[in-house]
Amino acid sequence: MSSEMIFAVTGVLLFAIGAAGTILLAEPLRRVLAFNIMGSGACVVLVSLAQRNGIADPVPQAMVLTGIVVAVAATGVALALARRLNRLTGDGGSGAGAGHD
Amino acid sequence: MSATLRRLGVMLGAAAFAWLLADSLFALPAPVIDLRPLVSENLAQSGITHPVTAVLLNFRGFDTLLEIAVMLVALLGVLATLAADRSPAVDLDSADAMLPMFSRIAAPLMLLCALYLLWAGAFRPGGAFQAGALLAAALALLHLAHLIPAWSSPLPLLRSGLVAGFLVFLAIATTLLTEGALLQYPPAYAGLLILAIESALTISLALILAGLFLFISNDGRARK
Amino acid sequence: MPAMIEVFALVGVFTVPLLWAALAFLLGPGRGAWLAISGSIVQLFLALILARNVLADGPASHATGGWGAPLGIDLYADGLTAAMLLLTQVVALPIFVYARSYFATGSPAARHFWPLAGFLVAGMNALYLANDIFNLYVTLEIVGLAAVALIAAGGAATQVAAALRYLFAALLGSGAYLLGVALIYGTYGSVSIATLTPLIDATAPRAVSIAALLMFAGLMLKSALFPFHFWLPAAHGDAPAPVSALLSALVVKAAIYLCLRLWLGPFAPLVQVGAWVPGLLGAGAILWGSAMAIRTPRLKLLVAYSTVAQLGYLFLAFPLLTPGAAVLGAVTLQAIAHGLAKAAMFAAAGIIIHSTGRDTVAEVAGVAERLPLTLFAFALAGVSLMGLPPSGGFLAKWLLLDAALNSGHWAIVAVIIAGGLLAAVYVFRVVRLAFLNLPKELVEDQKHAGRPVPRTLEWMAFGLAAASVLLGLFSFQLLQLIAVGNLP
Repeated sequence: MSSEMIFAVTGVLLFAIGAAGTILLAEPLRRVLAFNIMGSGACVVLVSLAQRNGIADPVPQAMVLTGIVVAVAATGVALALARRLNRLTGDGGSGAGAGHD
Repeated sequence: MSATLRRLGVMLGAAAFAWLLADSLFALPAPVIDLRPLVSENLAQSGITHPVTAVLLNFRGFDTLLEIAVMLVALLGVLATLAADRSPAVDLDSADAMLPMFSRIAAPLMLLCALYLLWAGAFRPGGAFQAGALLAAALALLHLAHLIPAWSSPLPLLRSGLVAGFLVFLAIATTLLTEGALLQYPPAYAGLLILAIESALTISLALILAGLFLFISNDGRARK
Repeated sequence: MPAMIEVFALVGVFTVPLLWAALAFLLGPGRGAWLAISGSIVQLFLALILARNVLADGPASHATGGWGAPLGIDLYADGLTAAMLLLTQVVALPIFVYARSYFATGSPAARHFWPLAGFLVAGMNALYLANDIFNLYVTLEIVGLAAVALIAAGGAATQVAAALRYLFAALLGSGAYLLGVALIYGTYGSVSIATLTPLIDATAPRAVSIAALLMFAGLMLKSALFPFHFWLPAAHGDAPAPVSALLSALVVKAAIYLCLRLWLGPFAPLVQVGAWVPGLLGAGAILWGSAMAIRTPRLKLLVAYSTVAQLGYLFLAFPLLTPGAAVLGAVTLQAIAHGLAKAAMFAAAGIIIHSTGRDTVAEVAGVAERLPLTLFAFALAGVSLMGLPPSGGFLAKWLLLDAALNSGHWAIVAVIIAGGLLAAVYVFRVVRLAFLNLPKELVEDQKHAGRPVPRTLEWMAFGLAAASVLLGLFSFQLLQLIAVGNLP
């Protein structure tokens, strides 16, 4: 089993963990983290699987660069939404927080 | 009870999926198509010496153009979500002494590093995205050290900076239609055009990425 | 060597919206309406030119960068692409005119509407032209994030919550799709659809089947196929009316279009074994969505549930789909008819809510006197959804019934008929109130809350509804167009 295949299997595991997390977790911040793990897993699979015969392949690496940027963009939007929701619905459910607009 | 059942079900499903997929990976034959020789053959014409940057900005440059659009959309998403907030910038409370001092030293160094990365992208790992990310990190660091305030609705100058990279890229891409195809660089000028695009992109990406952090950092805090 | 005008048409249909979206952002919050409207007119012309070229000369393609697949990224336009591009521009233009009058000046929802709408349309146009599965991933992200941003714009709690739920569903779908792309590239070394289609056959390794499953699952999540529809009713029901129109009419179609492309293209040898799954889920969508539409007291939620139900028709036809089958025309026609009708319905609902200030079905009664054109638009749109002649919806369902009867899929026949009847029930829920008087308790409320409605809004809604009904008269040319590059 070459080292690239170890990476590929790890990528699959990360994807599965991240996907399960995105589905099961309730707090937005944790779901964002889970989604990032899922995306990272898919990116690892993309790069390592293409290089499984040992020679580096620039095309999937460029694709992963794009994928990372897209993930950052999505994370930014998710965080803004989570932050806004938190501000609107009050902190900790106490109802006396900054929930006005 | 059903919540635990759902949790168990999803986790078992994910585990089974991972096992099945990992097993299938070992049964894969060698890929039919190999792009590596294609990339190496055409590298000389692409104007860039480093294969990854060449793929990113030349061979698959269309993906990169759309990717900048994704970043702009994300920034717009952040602005739209926080749109109702018209409060002024956050008042700066005091921070400890170490962080601002260190940031004042680090930020110019990061700027220098970013410029190097931008230039080096043509012949080793680097380029607009790496440089832009480093600059954005410098801005985030300065904000965390309370040396620059958070951003509220962007003024025209900031908006120009945010959009400039994308507009330059789009303008060059469509002008090159005269060469025959979208983003078809003439081999003689490819390196120069790509450097121009990357420089504009670095500025815009730095502002967009920093903006993702600095706009969110402002939400509602100045409200008393 | 294709003429420059053809290249411009193909490329312009997404570069024009990218340009005006960026300029609209540059102009500042709330600005950009006229840019959007003029840009959309240009895009409509370009889409018409492209459709005419495809009909005359066959599928068009464009190798970006001049490199060509598998090294570069190819754009490809066959009849299906041209038809979907037409749908997008034909719906977007009236909705933009509608939105300009709909948003009061300075309303928070409108501050970033124009640049976001521009990127949304650009993303969809690029998606329809893409012939590269990774390029499709990027376009899916543009469309998804723009849609989320449009729902959340303005920042009210229900909208932000709906947007967040949609975002996580969309990201889960994109993540699965990306893993599928990773597996395909790992197996074949290319992400170009044209290159992959001849390579994938029935003897493909198991990883390829898993990749297909992942990609379809991700896309079905994005197209709100039952039971993955959980995010759609709130997202489409709570957003401002022009946004709901764009989302229900256009955005969900993009993901379904991709399902069609992959089903009939690269994964065609692998999918027949599982063809009953989308059929079953589609049937579930029709029945469940219609039931919820019949029961909900809120007007926009009714229209949103109707979307869930109508999308079921598209998936119901998947067991009938094989490469080269004429059913593709029926499915596309259904998608186009639904797009026009649903945009009209949300536009009409928006007018009604704008006038009464409240979002309930019961209050439609008093509105009918003041806004007859709006109710008429709603009813016409309903005609297409129910599948009455001569609407596009009728012809599409007729063709689907024909195909199902010929191949002996009796269950599909039964569900299509049942769906039409159920649609009639929820459409008449609203339309019958036009002939009733408002209950006394609500009359005084309405007199106080009633606001004048700009005529533009009503005419846009009516125009879209009329288009969906008259579509049946133009279906022959449309079906001819869709057949280019798809039917032998």
